[in-house]
Amino acid sequence: MSAVEAELPEPASKIELPVHLGGGGEIPTFDVTLRVRRYDPEFSEESKWEDFTMTMYGTDRVLDALHKVKWEQDGSLSFRRSCAHGVCGSDAMRINGRNRLACKTLLKDLDTSKPITVEPIKGLPVEKDLIVDMEPFFQSFREVMPFLVNRDHAPTKERLQSAEERARFDDTTKCILCAACTSSCPVFWTDGQYFGPAAIVNAHRFIFDSRDDAGDMRLEILNDKEGVWRCRTTFNCTEACPRGIQVTQAIAEVKQAILARQI
Amino acid sequence: MQVHKYDVVIVGAGGAGMRAAIESGQRAHTAVLTKLYPTRSHTGAAQGGMCAALANVEEDNWEWHTFDTVKGGDYLVDQDAAEVMAKEAIDAVIDLEKMGLPFNRTPEGRIDQRRFGGHTRDHGKAPVRRSCYAADRTGHMILQTLYQNCVKHNVEFYNEYYVLDLLTVDEEATREDGTVYLQKKIAGVVSYDLATGELHIFQAKSVILATGGAGKVFKTTSNAHTLTGDGMGIAFRKGIPLEDMEFFQFHPTGLAGLGILLSEAARGEGAILRNSEGERFMERYAPTIKDLAPRDIVARSMANEVREGRGCGPNKDYVLLDLTHLEPAHIDAKLPDITEFARTYLGVEPYTEPVPVFPTAHYAMGGVPTNITTEVLQDNDTIIPGLYAAGEVACVSVHGSNRLGTNSLLDINVFGKRAGVAAAEYAKGADWVELPQNPEADTRALLDHIRTSDGGEKVAAIRKELQDTMDANMQVFRTADSLNQVLGDIAGFEERYSRITVQDKGKRFNLDLLEAVELGFLLELAKVMTVAALHRQESRGGHYREDFPDRDDENFMKHSMAYLDSGVTADSSKEHIAGIRLETKPVVVTRYQPMVRKY
Repeated sequence: MSAVEAELPEPASKIELPVHLGGGGEIPTFDVTLRVRRYDPEFSEESKWEDFTMTMYGTDRVLDALHKVKWEQDGSLSFRRSCAHGVCGSDAMRINGRNRLACKTLLKDLDTSKPITVEPIKGLPVEKDLIVDMEPFFQSFREVMPFLVNRDHAPTKERLQSAEERARFDDTTKCILCAACTSSCPVFWTDGQYFGPAAIVNAHRFIFDSRDDAGDMRLEILNDKEGVWRCRTTFNCTEACPRGIQVTQAIAEVKQAILARQI
Repeated sequence: MQVHKYDVVIVGAGGAGMRAAIESGQRAHTAVLTKLYPTRSHTGAAQGGMCAALANVEEDNWEWHTFDTVKGGDYLVDQDAAEVMAKEAIDAVIDLEKMGLPFNRTPEGRIDQRRFGGHTRDHGKAPVRRSCYAADRTGHMILQTLYQNCVKHNVEFYNEYYVLDLLTVDEEATREDGTVYLQKKIAGVVSYDLATGELHIFQAKSVILATGGAGKVFKTTSNAHTLTGDGMGIAFRKGIPLEDMEFFQFHPTGLAGLGILLSEAARGEGAILRNSEGERFMERYAPTIKDLAPRDIVARSMANEVREGRGCGPNKDYVLLDLTHLEPAHIDAKLPDITEFARTYLGVEPYTEPVPVFPTAHYAMGGVPTNITTEVLQDNDTIIPGLYAAGEVACVSVHGSNRLGTNSLLDINVFGKRAGVAAAEYAKGADWVELPQNPEADTRALLDHIRTSDGGEKVAAIRKELQDTMDANMQVFRTADSLNQVLGDIAGFEERYSRITVQDKGKRFNLDLLEAVELGFLLELAKVMTVAALHRQESRGGHYREDFPDRDDENFMKHSMAYLDSGVTADSSKEHIAGIRLETKPVVVTRYQPMVRKY
């Protein structure tokens, strides 16, 4: 990853394009049924399944189907969303029993011959329909000191960091705090006190940053009985991460760092 | 009714709001009110970088950056503001690095820099490496880093508190020349707690608007669902003008049919655009810097290729972004996210196949007018003491009629910081402004009307029709006919909007109600944009009138200022259209006289 690369040769002014290019033809449509877990304590303490059937396109995502329900069938269906392309982390939900972002899950990639189940993520209190209370999740995040601590005298320019040092923690900088990992973790489901994978990922991001001086303090925090040692290495978190972060590996690296420090 | 008291209230927790909060929170009792959890803000979707003349990889200086910004904005930029931004850019990047932002690095360990559209060496001679970046997730890193530092400094957030009104009072005052006028003062805000449906009053000495843009007036947009121009809307309803609203940026490379952003960094790293004949057509439109011309020029060129029948695909309605001549390893290192978007959403493998793209509504150059201290103006010269705005909601104006790529991440950092400092310093010396009687009355009436109205019209249907007509008639090519079509359509939508029905009658997380309120802002802002576009009978930057294809400095090198004017009927004179009064404001010119804009 050198900064001043050799200049690229100028691309050709004109090329022969393959005939098929861009020619996807008609976008296929299909019928799909969403089976959504509904809950609104203002009206009933019971939660229930509700089915909605609609016609969707091959490029549509689960979020598009939820919007179609909300905008055309039942305006009271409630869920969070914002960017709609997998970077803001608002719409993590349990789709066919797996945690995913609704805006990154294409309907055509699911089995549409059966109803698609959509539920709130597990382990956090449900507020209404697919909306959960995120406060406990962010509380754990805040507890791991998720910010750079540097005790040196600040230079007038940037601190130097080699490309290799930067690469060391690249994977865990991708976290969007969607809670898909933490709320897929069986330990977190049974023990709400467990920090959970996302908080550990964010601690990892700083522990392995060459500019940071508070790694020991974070390792101390995560050496707690509700810390990394609760992890059972089930890999649910890694499978759930919509950003492709190797979550379980990050947790393992934090465990190793704690052990190495004790020696 | 709960009443809270803070020295400083910041509305919005994207880049500008949180950058302000880091400054203000350390100086004054500060609260941040945000419709979304802070990390959901759309700053996180920005990709390519943040320009600053660090000169880490080649010769550069802030004066060149200023010039590029002014020329990029087609000379409608206030040059004093552009100079502030380009100068303070360098510290803004260093600040972020010290806060922990993981920039890509040079072999020497310095912050790496790359090329971006319209950023040039020595006044247009050649592209320059000025954009500081973290792969193609620079906005994500900025948003996370600012949030992390808010946590570090114990900034107080009110998450999912939707601000619906500015509490202002008008007092008679006398100008130096003896004329009497109404001086606005800020007393606080009214907000709606989404979780409970309760209203909360926040009394404050200073209020900072940092609510972002309004891209959802268009159908094809890179903007989040939540970008509905709320901050612009509440200011406008209080008689505060909106500046340069006709200028909306269409980003050239949205994923075709979806609008999802593919960073200009792709072209910065060497990707090029091709039409159905395989031609690198930008060679014809911008012979010197080609695919790295500013966004307005590239977007118009693409739309023109499609119009002239050289579009690709079954409907010949898009062009292609070609990365196939780049090394896959290079793509993975520099553009990992956008290539994943192409794979996920279009099923296209960018290593081997060009990606279908078309312009997507991206950024409002206009907004709430401010001076370079971020103080909001109630007219061309009069500030509203205690009211500040920064980021996309504001118009300083550093972007003029077309924003250069990366200058928005820069804007939020430079002017967000300025706003945080200025608001806190002001609050230290200011007295509380007394709250008006029944401060929540207007907001309660608005919400009650929406909750109880039973005309049967659907919010989603009206919104879709608004977005359709805006895409068809207010996009990269505009004419008087197309703009009048939009205004006629909006008049119909407004009538229907008065008869909407929301299905959700509950208090908890009533997002049905929220969308109805948002639609009110969208309709109002779409109208302001269109009226301003109709009035500007010239072509400049992002505003292209086919019936007036040239820039007309003599008549139009000035900002437009749109005021709510409910007393004026729809059919009065040209300056008073559809309840909106248009005035103008001079452009600040310091070093650079307008020249023909060629690339």
